[in-house]
Amino acid sequence: MTFFKMHFFVPLFAVIGLVIIAYAGVQANLQAVFGVVLPYLAALIFVEGLIYRLVQWARSPVPFRIPTTAGQNKSLPWIKKDLGDKLDNPENTLQVIGRMALEVLAFRSLFRNLRTELRQDPDNPEGARLIHWSYKWLWLGAIAFHYAFLVVLLRHLRFFTEPVPGFVHLLDSADGFLQFFIPTVYISGIVLLVAAAYLLVRRVTQPQLRYISLAADYFPLFLVLGIGITGVLMRYIYKVDIIAVKQLVIGLVTLHPQVPAGIGSLFYIHIFLVSVLFAYFPFSKLMHAPGVFLSPTRNLASNNRWVRHVNPWNYPVKFHSYMEYEDEFRDAMIEVEIPVEKES
Amino acid sequence: MAKVPKPAEILPGISYQPPAKGWMETKPEFKPGTYCNAASPKWLESIGYPYSRAWSVTDEDWKLPENWKEIILQGLQDRLDRFRTLKLFFDICVRCGACADKCHFFLGTGDPKNMPVLRAELMRSVYKKYFKRAGMMLGELAGARNLTEDVLKEWFYYLYQCTECRRCSLFCPYGIDMAEMTILGRELLSSVGVNIEWTMASVASCYERGSHIGATPQAMKDMIDFFAEENERVTGIATPVTYNRKGAEILFVAPSGDYFADPGTYTFMGYMLLFNYLDLDYTISTYAAEGGNFGFFMSHEMGKRLNAKIYEEAKRLKVKWIIGGECGHMWRICNQYMDTWNGPADFLEVPVSPITGTKFENAASHKMVHISEFTADLLYHGKLKLDPSRNAHIKMTFHDSCNTSRGMGIFEEPRYIIQNVLPPGHFVEMPPNTIREKTFCCGSGSGFNADEYLETRMRGGLPRANAVRYVADKYGVNHLGCICAIDRAVLPTLVNYWVPGMEVTGISEMVGNALVFPDEIERTTDLRDRDLEGVGETVEEGEEDE
Repeated sequence: MTFFKMHFFVPLFAVIGLVIIAYAGVQANLQAVFGVVLPYLAALIFVEGLIYRLVQWARSPVPFRIPTTAGQNKSLPWIKKDLGDKLDNPENTLQVIGRMALEVLAFRSLFRNLRTELRQDPDNPEGARLIHWSYKWLWLGAIAFHYAFLVVLLRHLRFFTEPVPGFVHLLDSADGFLQFFIPTVYISGIVLLVAAAYLLVRRVTQPQLRYISLAADYFPLFLVLGIGITGVLMRYIYKVDIIAVKQLVIGLVTLHPQVPAGIGSLFYIHIFLVSVLFAYFPFSKLMHAPGVFLSPTRNLASNNRWVRHVNPWNYPVKFHSYMEYEDEFRDAMIEVEIPVEKES
Repeated sequence: MAKVPKPAEILPGISYQPPAKGWMETKPEFKPGTYCNAASPKWLESIGYPYSRAWSVTDEDWKLPENWKEIILQGLQDRLDRFRTLKLFFDICVRCGACADKCHFFLGTGDPKNMPVLRAELMRSVYKKYFKRAGMMLGELAGARNLTEDVLKEWFYYLYQCTECRRCSLFCPYGIDMAEMTILGRELLSSVGVNIEWTMASVASCYERGSHIGATPQAMKDMIDFFAEENERVTGIATPVTYNRKGAEILFVAPSGDYFADPGTYTFMGYMLLFNYLDLDYTISTYAAEGGNFGFFMSHEMGKRLNAKIYEEAKRLKVKWIIGGECGHMWRICNQYMDTWNGPADFLEVPVSPITGTKFENAASHKMVHISEFTADLLYHGKLKLDPSRNAHIKMTFHDSCNTSRGMGIFEEPRYIIQNVLPPGHFVEMPPNTIREKTFCCGSGSGFNADEYLETRMRGGLPRANAVRYVADKYGVNHLGCICAIDRAVLPTLVNYWVPGMEVTGISEMVGNALVFPDEIERTTDLRDRDLEGVGETVEEGEEDE
């Protein structure tokens, strides 16, 4: 099996397998397992795993302050730093917060993305030259994916809360402004699926990306697609009993779990995939979400020159001392009138 | 030395299409021109580095220590415990591929393992195998693989095809810094006695003698005194220098490249003219004779051992503060590492320009000022009398060095100087995606200026050269300016290869050309002995009249 086939098909079949397991489970009347036990377990693993990983990271110190600087640094008073310089080369905490906010909320670094290609160019003696242009598709795909995910997640609060908070209603109506269809179509769900599909398709179709992609890259995409598709199917095609679903979910959050009868197996597949995603999260590349906050090239001020950064494990090193040096070259130095410590 | 293919042979052959075989199945081919030679044992011995032995990169057997695997894995564990960066960067990469076409080595070789994401994956796969449960259990499916000698050779090949320029880290949505991983990876290689000759020789020479070039104190004095004579010959101004003088106000530290070889030497002449013009109370040390630091290209520790000399010497000579010359990685280190490694520099004072009175608040802790900051401040306060027409034969573009760009952020100062010392319209920028924070590496940074490595260097420098060619063709640019000594050492070869006719120059050289001394002789040439514009042309015009 080739590298690509292994890394693509194994996670694909794994996700299909998960779907079958959930389906079979419901057929075997294991609703309580898939609706209650596994979601609890997943939540537990998610929280504990997340904390464990964060602690693991935090236990390693940051010996050096090495921000990637992408703008003018603090210099002479008349060399003005514009807002871009302040955010891309922050010199104090406030500016770092700004940089991080841009990074986390707007994917600043990805927005910078370029594409470079070797183009044929008959005017060039070698017949070709490199050209670089701004390439925002990855940024667009990523930002659409993440924000759609967020909106979908927040919208789901209506299952978790009673009464449903006002902002969820608001989000609901904003997200569902396309009221030409019945039931109302949520934009976020569509965007999420389209963006996830884009992220998948680019991985498969761009040769370089296909070359580097691992099962760990496809698995979460298949999972999210599975979750999205089951969600969409439930809402628009194979309707499930929403009242019963809400009963179940409220039961979960109020720690009075119950398994109302009459919820279709599609729901159990959906919640099982979600459970797997949550349980998988702390042990996967999905940790990039909390990780970005800890990234030393982004979350530190570039103020080394006026605020000393201390390395907790800094240790003395052996270096060639001046006296050792002078001992070796003293005569020569005296001869050419370079001052010395000891005259001979 | 391997024969280097001609540009027209290289360029059409570059393909970004990866091979059909998976990356875990391919091995690097050590072809002449694409690897740096192994370090000779004598250098390792002189700095006390382990496992010194004679070996060659093309040998099947690298004569690694018996327990090399243990050493590497233990070293990896240590570094995971000491560097949050390494742990985090191993864990959070999503392989989005944004970094792929940002690397000059990938663009110049088309080798997919030069995509930073995959270069990191070469190490990450080992990390997964030995430190992650999923990797231990699932192996290749989890992207994990055993650490074998072939893997180690692959690390060597590709970690020495990374110049630590950090262009990829700029575009990474999580700020994953390949330079950091390369540094730590090279430390691991070093821990089993795998080092490259060029770096090792420079480090050992610098360690014992004071500079990478291994000049003895008398030789160094000789070279710099020669520049003083040259300055006097061209300008009529004697620019004597004092060495190791106690009680001077300022210690000046330059990269040794600037007193070793053209065209860096002209930059050094520029420094001397400027300091002499100001009557600056400065001295040069033959002990801390190196601003650059090839130790940093081997390990954090070796970087620190070499860097320590600067503060030691400043303390011994009882200077008040330090000026640093035009050098890229020197300034990344002086900006981001020096104070942490060898500070606090509480025996020095916050730098104050004796000419303008400007207090360099931005250097309040590490007490060191960049020559471009120092010069820009002088210009701003109108302290220099200049005749930019002496640079009228120069049409310049400016190459931002990787380290001063992405490891510091010094963009405006050199440009301000250039615009002051060149006639209006003589400065042209390269395309915006190839300058400032997005600048391309010279292709030979981080200890690669070895001759045996020429083909890879020329390939790595392609994106830079390509942009230089663009402004040369379009605007008639004939000089490539820079504030980096490695640039001055390697860009001439690069542009000679890709853009023949282009000259490389430091910025202080331009300052030296333009500076008007009250008692100078009439200048007919620049510091390189080239006729100034308008000189010697009268005759030609006369001829035309006939």
